[in-house]
Amino acid sequence: MQAKKRYLILFSTGACVILLFCFGGIQVPLPRRGPSRRDGRSFGNDHVGSQWRRSSGTLQPLDPWDQAETEDYNGHISPQQKRDSISGVYTGRQCRMDSCFDFFKCKSNGFKVYVYPQQKGEKMSASYQNILSSIEGSRFYTSDPGQACLFVLSLDTLDRDQLSPQYIHNLKAKVQSLPLWNGGKNHIIFNLYSGTWPDYTEDLGFDIGDAMLAKASISTENFRPNFDVSIPLFSKDHPRTGGERGYMKQNSIPPYRKYMLVFKGKRYLTGIGSDTRNALYHVHNSEDVVLLTTCKHGKDWQKHKDARCDRDNAEYDKYDYREMLYNSTFCLVPRGRRLGSFRFLEALQAACVPVMLSNGWELPFSEIIDWNTAAVIGDERLLLQIPSTVRSIHQDKILSLRQQTQLLWEAYFNSVERIVLTTLEIIQDRVMRQSSRSNLMWNSLPGGLFALPQYSTYLGDFPFYYAKLGIKPYPKFTAIIHAVTPLVSQSQPIIKLLVAVAKSQYCAQVIVLWNCDKPLPAKHCWPTTAVPLIVIEGENKVMSSRFLPYDTIPTDAVLSLDEDTVLSTTEVDFAFTVWQSFPDRLVGYPARSHFWDGNKERWGYTSKWTNDYSMVLTGAAIYHRYYHYLYTTYLPDSLKSMVDQMSNCEDILMNFLVSAVTKLPPIKVTQKKQYKETMMGQTSRASRWADPDHFAQRQTCMNKFASWFGSMPLVHSQMRLDPVLFKDQVSILRKKYKDIERL
Amino acid sequence: MCASGKYSSRGPALIPRMKTKHRIYYITLFSVVLLGLIATGMFQFWPHSIESTADWTLDKRSVHDAPLVRLPVSSPIPERGDLSCRMHTCFDVYRCGYNPKNRIKVYIYPLQRLVDEVGIPISSTGLSREYNDLLSAISDSDFYTDDVTRACLFVPSIDVLNQNSLRIRETAQALAILPRWDRGMNHLLFNMLPGGPPDYNTALDVPRDRALLAGGGFSTWTYRQGYDVSIPVYSPLSADVELPERQPGPRRYFILSSQTAIHREYRGELERLKEENGEALLLLDKCSNLSQGAASVRKRCYKSQVYDYPQVLQESSFCVVLRGARLGQATLSDVLQAGCVPVVLADSYILPFSEVLDWKRASVVIPEEKLPEMYTILKSIPHRQVEEMQRQARWFWDAYFSSMKAIGMTTLQIINDRIYPYAAHTYEQWNNPPVVKWSSVNSPLFLPLIPPRSPGFTAVVLTYDRIESLFRVITEISKVPSLAKLLVVWNNQNKSPPEESLWPKIAVPLKVVRTKENKLSNRFFPYDEIETEAVLAIDDDIIMLTSDELQFGYEVWREFPDRLVGYPGRLHLWDHEMGKWKYESEWTNEVSMVLTGAAFYHKYFNYLYTYKMPGDIKNWVDAHMNCEDIAMNFLVANVTGKAPIKVTPRKKFKCPECTAIDGLSLDQTHMVERSECINKFASVFGTMPLKVVEHRADPVLYKDDFPEKLKSFPNIGSL
Repeated sequence: MQAKKRYLILFSTGACVILLFCFGGIQVPLPRRGPSRRDGRSFGNDHVGSQWRRSSGTLQPLDPWDQAETEDYNGHISPQQKRDSISGVYTGRQCRMDSCFDFFKCKSNGFKVYVYPQQKGEKMSASYQNILSSIEGSRFYTSDPGQACLFVLSLDTLDRDQLSPQYIHNLKAKVQSLPLWNGGKNHIIFNLYSGTWPDYTEDLGFDIGDAMLAKASISTENFRPNFDVSIPLFSKDHPRTGGERGYMKQNSIPPYRKYMLVFKGKRYLTGIGSDTRNALYHVHNSEDVVLLTTCKHGKDWQKHKDARCDRDNAEYDKYDYREMLYNSTFCLVPRGRRLGSFRFLEALQAACVPVMLSNGWELPFSEIIDWNTAAVIGDERLLLQIPSTVRSIHQDKILSLRQQTQLLWEAYFNSVERIVLTTLEIIQDRVMRQSSRSNLMWNSLPGGLFALPQYSTYLGDFPFYYAKLGIKPYPKFTAIIHAVTPLVSQSQPIIKLLVAVAKSQYCAQVIVLWNCDKPLPAKHCWPTTAVPLIVIEGENKVMSSRFLPYDTIPTDAVLSLDEDTVLSTTEVDFAFTVWQSFPDRLVGYPARSHFWDGNKERWGYTSKWTNDYSMVLTGAAIYHRYYHYLYTTYLPDSLKSMVDQMSNCEDILMNFLVSAVTKLPPIKVTQKKQYKETMMGQTSRASRWADPDHFAQRQTCMNKFASWFGSMPLVHSQMRLDPVLFKDQVSILRKKYKDIERL
Repeated sequence: MCASGKYSSRGPALIPRMKTKHRIYYITLFSVVLLGLIATGMFQFWPHSIESTADWTLDKRSVHDAPLVRLPVSSPIPERGDLSCRMHTCFDVYRCGYNPKNRIKVYIYPLQRLVDEVGIPISSTGLSREYNDLLSAISDSDFYTDDVTRACLFVPSIDVLNQNSLRIRETAQALAILPRWDRGMNHLLFNMLPGGPPDYNTALDVPRDRALLAGGGFSTWTYRQGYDVSIPVYSPLSADVELPERQPGPRRYFILSSQTAIHREYRGELERLKEENGEALLLLDKCSNLSQGAASVRKRCYKSQVYDYPQVLQESSFCVVLRGARLGQATLSDVLQAGCVPVVLADSYILPFSEVLDWKRASVVIPEEKLPEMYTILKSIPHRQVEEMQRQARWFWDAYFSSMKAIGMTTLQIINDRIYPYAAHTYEQWNNPPVVKWSSVNSPLFLPLIPPRSPGFTAVVLTYDRIESLFRVITEISKVPSLAKLLVVWNNQNKSPPEESLWPKIAVPLKVVRTKENKLSNRFFPYDEIETEAVLAIDDDIIMLTSDELQFGYEVWREFPDRLVGYPGRLHLWDHEMGKWKYESEWTNEVSMVLTGAAFYHKYFNYLYTYKMPGDIKNWVDAHMNCEDIAMNFLVANVTGKAPIKVTPRKKFKCPECTAIDGLSLDQTHMVERSECINKFASVFGTMPLKVVEHRADPVLYKDDFPEKLKSFPNIGSL
């Protein structure tokens, strides 16, 4: 039996080998026959269909080392001369930063923007007014042209359509007469509309010289890469600041909406850009692909009316645009007369994935935004394939495209201010080449406007990219204690606090910020701690200094403390472990809440015990070091000085800032409601919390802050985080954070 | 282990009546036939491998036997390259067509020997080794087609990699007579060394009309963004020298300059830098005392000290890549291979593949005039970033620079991405090295949203036949304010669900779904009946949860819609003695899983569980009738990188009256089984995705000394 089996196996293996040979033997000569047949063809025959055949044997290698050449070249021209010659040659339409921009102007003062003073009698559209005031309200603004790196005209250049009522005449002369014009060098010109019927050229009607263009509907042919900025077309009702959030409230599964693809708009019958819209009806199926056009526009549309017009117009009136917008998975954005259209921003906000059908349009902020992650770039020539293309897109991809539309809308497009700031930040990135954002910073949360590369160019230094990089924050924290009362006794709260915090296993360093009018206490007055203790004397002794981005903070996490805070080592340990799960949020102990006061039509602040909260006090909170930097650089001086003058509200401002960045509430840990001795009964006159004005001030702050942010960024939460066994009826010995319960 | 045991024991059942020896005979016969078929198939559909062996025997014949083509003097010359060309103006997309694979087809023209009227070749070198490698790589790839009528992109076999070896006018004429030339439409030329003395143009000087150019050394003025592709200058050392990847970290030198042909003005500046900063800089030049030849490429000298090139590059953190006569330098490739961060000083240079590669994460670009500040600029870069750049540099070389094949495939993929942008590679695919791809997380629900309360949640109750208990659960859940719908998954095929009239009357819709098989995975199926995003999975015996407890769970889920939000928490631990994972159930200070006997989660995870569960986990769970909750915890943690949220103090689901039945021994086998699950899943996932946390979520006023009636969730339940 066994032998039989063995023979069988042997036989079958043999058969296998023979089979292999057979097929191989028959097959191998085949290709050999192929080429030889072709070789037989005489030259001149059509080679179409013949196959490329690799070559082997001795071939010359490539020699990329241009040794001799460069030596020859060396004698020829000095690099210095070459650089200088560039700026003379590549001007006007060939402008690039290297040839048309004077980097020297930005060297001493950084990236500052000057806006020409407005001249009396010049009319200016509301949109341009908004652009200018956004610049003036930004941290880049300077009123001194001598400090400026970039110049912005006060002449309204937005609408350069000669037939438009907003058109400014004689712009050429007006621009040329500007004393600082300098051939347009280091100027930026904003434009939404250019050219007019019938050809809609992209000419602005005056010589822009070496100025950069921030222009809507710009074509790739006219776009000077890394010099111009393509901006989105926005309507005159686009809010100046704040801006609406995206319409998407939640992720839906499956991600399909009622319609697959929609469009509703005019078609032009004749002239430039009419072809695509005239052809849309081919794809329209009045079920899930609803593409509607109307011929009605202008006065004499009837003249050009074609056979389809009546049918199209009737169909057009049957559907409501808004309803379609919110209930469609994809929204078609075909070119109009110009390349860009309002449909683009509308679709983006409505979380309707834009399907671009505008060949040659340099998409808005294309330099920094990866549009493939938020839109479908179609080709006008392949209109008929569009339905099958969008149907082939996988559900998971739709889910991520849709979320990305919202991310981009809220990060760069939802207000004039965002659009303008994005434009300026893009140019700043070019000017400050060594500290510029990577693609990841622009295209992921929280967006480029909140991720400042001047802080660090390393992504791991920010609280936002840990998951994307597959890394974790540094597992220790630095405590910063804000001291305002003189040190007189060793039983003062600050000493107890210092000892308790320094005992934490996660503590790397303690910094005491001495913001007291009295001189620094001697070194021996401080208790000895296991971790380094650094005492910094506050320069101006103002409130904001507690949020300065001190170089002496070596860790990612900062534990911010008031001098009279009462915290145990266990509480600190627990809060830090929680923060490690939420490195982009504020994690704190006592919480506060905001509410809308309908009677007074303003925001209200409450410190009462409520079922929810939207702020945690920074007298005892852990957060990422980056927020110090953001607080100091991103927020305007007006808010910071308000905080300094009142010596109040710095915590509210920090909560506003972090929630504006994350769009999420802070996190409250443990039961703790009060954290100060003063709050616990021993009233001390020095405490600002005892001041009756204190509360009213905080109310005022809330409203001031909300108006600067343009909306209320705070978000409510209904939960707090406790240790897993918190107050459970189980032996205290099992519990890791026992002390938390005792308090 | 047990799985394989089961399968083999099932084996005989398939062919039950046959005796063993017969079976073996048939199986052998069957496999012979199968092998034969596979072999035939392989030869049929794998023509290239045979072709190459065939060519090998033909050896040198092929180059010399290529047909000779004589170009008449009067042969037409294409127009110069059109600077305004873009994909939508100069490229014919109709040729590429719509195809489900979203792949372009590339045709390569057959090789010809091109000579002018008097018989002088148009190129001094003919086909170079590199161009041959490139064309071979394309023909081996799935971009390749030998059917010219189906092609979307045409690659001439005329080698224009090095402009210096070309006769420009004749090369242009040769292009123009290509059968499908058509003004160069959809033709792709590869060029690495453009221009020639004295002014060294930055793009190939051969008139080429509308042809796409994959060029090394483009400047911003010659590069047609979105049309041309900027490619690296291939370094032949890539193939000759093997440099092992080094761990990122500080190196012996801070800055190293290895180029031999540096303009004297720049060399002067470098020497000044060296004087200021001493040992941190190493300035190498060619060795004057060595004999010229191949060896000189591989040697560099500082004074009399001789260094091996490119090995020496591995000794430095930063390596200077200065422009020469041309902007593109082969040194860039060597530097990347060495894992040294390139410091590129070449104004207006378009870095290779910059359309898709994020060079900010792998290099430092400094304007030429800032060369004197180079040291200060580089010193200001954080250490951790330098390490990331070193890793990134090496990865760019591995993936995109290491061979002509890599360069060619990357170029084609970039063009492919333009033609099918909706199927384009993502930023992460292009830029994340494998180690980051492995450890990083891109959550599918990445947008920070707190969904509105109003749509409520759908409770999905999995039941078999415990009707009494089921009805109690239904009655209890129906009291939760945000309940939108109740879905009963009837997992019993032998018994019909009770008549409609017998079910408890509740205020929200109640639907019963009958399943085809009694499987645990039915509970995680994305039923169309689930219309809300929030799903509450609940067992038919979970009657102890209070209405407040459930409502609070839903509120917490709204704040964390991308996580599992559940009640009793569980933990995985590493058992050092056994060397494997262990399941831990009660009274731990940490949590890494929540039980899905009652848990809120996003409906998306139902879809993931049903269609995207890795490996055989889903079947394994169904076969073992256990651990579906652990599998769900693994799945969610793996895609989001986040821990679940445990809410309220609850530690177990068991009702007091049930404990009597469960003996201690049963409990122990249960624990062993669950530990097995964790080990099994961890091996399938290839990692341990679970995250451990030490917190749970409680209502803000939990255990506070505060009037109960003013609390939102006064009755939050017990242990």
